[in-house]
Amino acid sequence: MNGETVREDFREILRLVRPGSRVLDVGCGGGELLELLTQEKQVDGRGVEISPQGVSACLARGLSVMQGDADRDLDQFPTGAFDYAILSQTLQATRNPREVLSELMRIADRAVVSFPNFGHWRVRWSLLSRGRMPETRSLPEPWWSTPNIHLCTLADFNALVADLGLRIEASAALAQGQPARPMDPSRMIENWRAEAALFLLSRRDGGDGVEPDPIQDDLFGG
Amino acid sequence: MAAPETIAQDGGTWTFPASQPLVLDSGARIEGLELAWRSYGTLNADKTNAVLVCHALTLDQYVAGEHPTTGKPGWWTRMIGPGKPIDPAKHFIVCANVVGGCMGSTGPASINPATGKAWGLAFPVITIRDMVRAQAMLVDALGVDTLLAVVGGSMGGMQVLQWAASYPERLFSAVVVASAARHSAQNIAFHEVGRQAVMGDPDWRGGDYALHGARPEKGLAVARMAAHITYLSEAALQRKFGRELQRDGLSWGFDADFQVESYLRYQGASFVDRFDANSYLYITRAMDYFDLAAEHGGVLAEAFRKARDVRFCVMSFTSDWLYPTSESRHIVRALNAAGARASFVEIESDKGHDAFLLDEPVMEAALAGFLDGVERARGLK
Repeated sequence: MNGETVREDFREILRLVRPGSRVLDVGCGGGELLELLTQEKQVDGRGVEISPQGVSACLARGLSVMQGDADRDLDQFPTGAFDYAILSQTLQATRNPREVLSELMRIADRAVVSFPNFGHWRVRWSLLSRGRMPETRSLPEPWWSTPNIHLCTLADFNALVADLGLRIEASAALAQGQPARPMDPSRMIENWRAEAALFLLSRRDGGDGVEPDPIQDDLFGG
Repeated sequence: MAAPETIAQDGGTWTFPASQPLVLDSGARIEGLELAWRSYGTLNADKTNAVLVCHALTLDQYVAGEHPTTGKPGWWTRMIGPGKPIDPAKHFIVCANVVGGCMGSTGPASINPATGKAWGLAFPVITIRDMVRAQAMLVDALGVDTLLAVVGGSMGGMQVLQWAASYPERLFSAVVVASAARHSAQNIAFHEVGRQAVMGDPDWRGGDYALHGARPEKGLAVARMAAHITYLSEAALQRKFGRELQRDGLSWGFDADFQVESYLRYQGASFVDRFDANSYLYITRAMDYFDLAAEHGGVLAEAFRKARDVRFCVMSFTSDWLYPTSESRHIVRALNAAGARASFVEIESDKGHDAFLLDEPVMEAALAGFLDGVERARGLK
């Protein structure tokens, strides 16, 4: 959805997802990620995609896919039906990101969410220097045609995650052409540095029997 | 399951052996039931390439090739044929005329062996499940254990859903197009209009018109005209006819002034040539009675509980107001709740319910893609 940087997160998602798990990819497009996950991680995958072209492409790959809208149609999935719900570069295009995130955490034990970071220095520079909405590598469209209607910064996302009572199990910074880099999302410098970010979230009540509330510093080494 | 009596491929009429009467949901039994069927393509050595196609209300077993009586192409040659998503070069395609039909299968126009006369209203009421039960016996007789796919639109889609509920272990995949898991009040209401038109025709004679050498043509034509409107959309009617007139001016009477009137009259008249009025009553009744959730404690997901391994593809059309997308989503939700492998696509079309029979490239591409994946999963390619 966001040009060339977006597929940088696939490798990281492949690394995070446990083999043989049940995965729902929301906004799965033509099913590239689901196909990779099926081939390399033997997941039992399902997709949700809004465009009929994407749905057709998924069907042609032999994937199970539902035409639907992340904002409206996640309620058709039963609670706890999946191990992972993936929202790759789609959150910013939803009408109710908060609601969508809650739904993901209802459907799945864990959510993998990636989005472009509006706090990235290029974005800030573009706004500051030109006073215009940024067009960057991760946000390539002009403001009037972009599908992204709810852009946020790393700090904004952190706040939402805290507000929803979710736990961050892992997070990574993404940049075009580079492998994902683990990061501490609460560090201010990352909000300047990360072009895009990827989070592995779980419910704080810890589906899957994970012990409660590990200190975040432990996870990210300070 | 009784040892299947293997029958020749290609089609004809299969008569149920004496040991296997069809036991209906109503409790009635039909001895020596006949099913008229056609097949296209060849069953492979592993018997893994059979595709059962289920037909809609007024259609028949001539799904591909040329219809022997009308000389027209089969009703789904857009989807079935060389190079099409369902291809006789790789699939063994079977389609049977439903129980209660009038294209060679036992129905109300058949001779009741007990009386030597046409069954008429003495024919037992049938259900979608009865139709499917009969199909399963035919599939047995063809020596097929597991069907690669069961595919159908409209009433055919209902049969596909019933297959998934009744014989999930015999299905590898299921395709449901423009259909529903239950007949809505609106659906029943339209069918009732049609049935009342038939039964209100003085030539219907309490269903015994055959004994009197009569036919309730007027009533059946009106039933078809009303039904035909429900198969289209307002946009399609407007695009096709608008308010265009048949002639230079208004007749100031009740002749067919508007082109849409003349079109409906033609549809009604040509329908009575090929369809039996009592069959229309019985089949519409079967559809009205259809409520897959009802036989599973009112929980549709329960119907699919054993069909978790079946790959489903559900399709709907944006302008179908007879079986709207909401009905397909209802099915899909239940499939998800049951943990089945479900795919769903809503196809943009202004052609209404009949879109599933018409040129819809997205439907064709989706079915081709889906079956392609199914064949790979089945090890056929």
